[in-house]
Amino acid sequence: MAGTRLLELTGVSMAFGGLNVIDELDLHVDEGEILSVIGPNGAGKTTLFNLVTGVYEPTGGDIVFAGESIKGLEPHKITQRGIARTFQTLRLFLNMSVRENVMAAAYGHTKAGVFRSMLRTPGQRREEREIRASAEQRLAFFGERLTGYRWDQPAYSLSYANRRRLEIARATATNPRLLLLDEPAAGMNPKETQEITELIGKLRTEGGFTILVIEHDMHVVEGISDRVVALDHGVKIAEGSFEQVATDARVVEAYLGTGAAERK
Amino acid sequence: MTDPNEQQGPRIGKDEWVARHGDNRARRAGIAGTIEERLRGVPWWAWLALFTGAVCLLPLGVDSGYARRIAFDTVIYMLLALGLNVVVGWGGLLDLGYVAFFGVGAYTYAFLSSDKFDLHLPAILTIPLACAVGGAIGLLVGLPSRRLVGDYLAIVTLFFFQIFLTVTNNGENLFGTDVTGGPNGIINVDPLGLFGRELPVSTDGVFNVSYLYVALAAFVVVYVALRFADQSRTGRAWRSLREDPLAAELMGMPVSWLKLMAFAFGAAVAALAGTLVTALNASVFPQSFEFPLLITIYTMVILGGAGSQAGVVIGAILISVLLEVLREPGDARFLFYTLGLLGLFAAFRFSVRLAVVLGGTISFGLIAHAVAGRVNDLWTAGTESGGSRLGAWAAHWVIVPTDLASWVTPVSYIGLVALTLLLTLLHGWSRMALLVPTLYLAAFVWENVMLVKPEPTRFVILGALLVAVMVARPEGILGEKRVEIV
Repeated sequence: MAGTRLLELTGVSMAFGGLNVIDELDLHVDEGEILSVIGPNGAGKTTLFNLVTGVYEPTGGDIVFAGESIKGLEPHKITQRGIARTFQTLRLFLNMSVRENVMAAAYGHTKAGVFRSMLRTPGQRREEREIRASAEQRLAFFGERLTGYRWDQPAYSLSYANRRRLEIARATATNPRLLLLDEPAAGMNPKETQEITELIGKLRTEGGFTILVIEHDMHVVEGISDRVVALDHGVKIAEGSFEQVATDARVVEAYLGTGAAERK
Repeated sequence: MTDPNEQQGPRIGKDEWVARHGDNRARRAGIAGTIEERLRGVPWWAWLALFTGAVCLLPLGVDSGYARRIAFDTVIYMLLALGLNVVVGWGGLLDLGYVAFFGVGAYTYAFLSSDKFDLHLPAILTIPLACAVGGAIGLLVGLPSRRLVGDYLAIVTLFFFQIFLTVTNNGENLFGTDVTGGPNGIINVDPLGLFGRELPVSTDGVFNVSYLYVALAAFVVVYVALRFADQSRTGRAWRSLREDPLAAELMGMPVSWLKLMAFAFGAAVAALAGTLVTALNASVFPQSFEFPLLITIYTMVILGGAGSQAGVVIGAILISVLLEVLREPGDARFLFYTLGLLGLFAAFRFSVRLAVVLGGTISFGLIAHAVAGRVNDLWTAGTESGGSRLGAWAAHWVIVPTDLASWVTPVSYIGLVALTLLLTLLHGWSRMALLVPTLYLAAFVWENVMLVKPEPTRFVILGALLVAVMVARPEGILGEKRVEIV
């Protein structure tokens, strides 16, 4: 399981006008691992996610997923190949029900066309039942929080923490191999943060997902990561275990400023 | 000792609020709440069957050809509203070229089943073909606009609408050949034919009610098919697209293709409606597909609640019937005063303020009428009672001069708008005080200006109604309340 490269970025660059947001970045995620990306604000972490998911096309380099280049593919094609993400600023389908949010994400790996749906063919109905059951199962992953009567409630009625959970559930419903989580613990209280840490571990062990996560909360990063990559100004400044990266002079400098490492 | 249930740290998915969810569900108290709950339990197909059955029985009770024709037109409006709901209500795409697809269906039918090109295909072929052509053109219009959203998309579709109008109006000489007949349209179009037998448009000059049944059947088929589409992966994808196109794309939904599909299906439904109208009218003219129609259909969808199928159907019925009622001055007057009273009741309930405003307005009118009558007899001599009691009453209350000076119309109109705007800025008793002359001026404008010109009045009333609904209930009659950002 471990050791095989699931995602590999080689020399990836992204420039907006003259600004290099990502500069010659090499990065890889192995099958089954949890890799955390840290870095100060503006380091290019979310841009990295946008590059991997196809929102932006890189201005240089190549992105290989499961042995094939996904550079330049439309985002929905990339998702259908097995990369799903959540958003730092939540982007749920607010006026759809909780269950529908998750069911909608099954679009890429289901088949029934419009005319078959209009005729309610037996095949379409079977598929629909499967989508529904699978969605409910994915919501049950979060305990009682998103189940039962909540299924039919609109997503806007959920609390902030539940919206973050629903985003994760929705992402898993695309049947991904690689899950990109953009600050899953942002805005959560300490209790919820600890819960999300457990949950990310569970996503790997029970869900079987490989996970690439952006996180600012160092307790979460410490708790979940097999490996940590630190970015600053679009450049990788450190890579290794949490201890290695957290004590790296350049990382400390990036977070706290020049001279901080010496004073310590 | 530690309790085995008491784990270290929090457990996943434990939430007190969830545990008590039964108490947290709001339900209205009393009989109203029970009825609401019961009505909610009735499935959609039962409503549809009930409604269809009622319309089927309508010709038994109503034998006027005029009323039956209105019923047919209403069903056509219902179809148009259902089609627009796919694009606007589900896809969230502002399509201002929608009426052109209605026209495409109408013209395709006329091309394929008339003397124009000497083609006389049976309706059983023509109608599906026209729908397919409508859908295909919907795809073509969608093609350049699939990267556009909001205002930009609206402008491209509006441009397409304009092209359609230009081509049909000047089509008597399109590259040297007569295609659409220009403003004279295409006449002598075949009626619907089923299994080799023609369905006459009218018998002894009375509207043939079979056309109502054909339109109703088309409506039921479209309603059910779209309902099933909505409850499928495509429908969910359309609504996801409306909610957040980027998130939809990143969750594996091909957004561009979904937009094209929404356009195509909306267009196909509009084209279907077009074929039925053309078959019944036995003719097609470019003047039937102009902007007022587009606005009317949008009004139906918005009033009923974009996104709700039952809602847009109710919107279509309300607007269609309302526009007909407003043609007849006596009915229109009744509607005007009733709505005015209902509005006041809704605003004030049964309170002292209601009594003050009502009493104030009535006495204000009586005094004004008496004074005007003293000054000059002619000032109060112009009212046509229309034979009704309400009309006779209005004649003793509203000042209606026999010969209206030309400046009165614009001044009273502008004055009414100005007073209404001023009202929204005032509060408390000053608002009450201003409300009295405003109401009286509204009645004055109604009797003097609007009642004598029924055609524009219908649309002014429609606009006012829409404004009122948007203020009171932005989501429409049956629409779900939409939340943008929380």
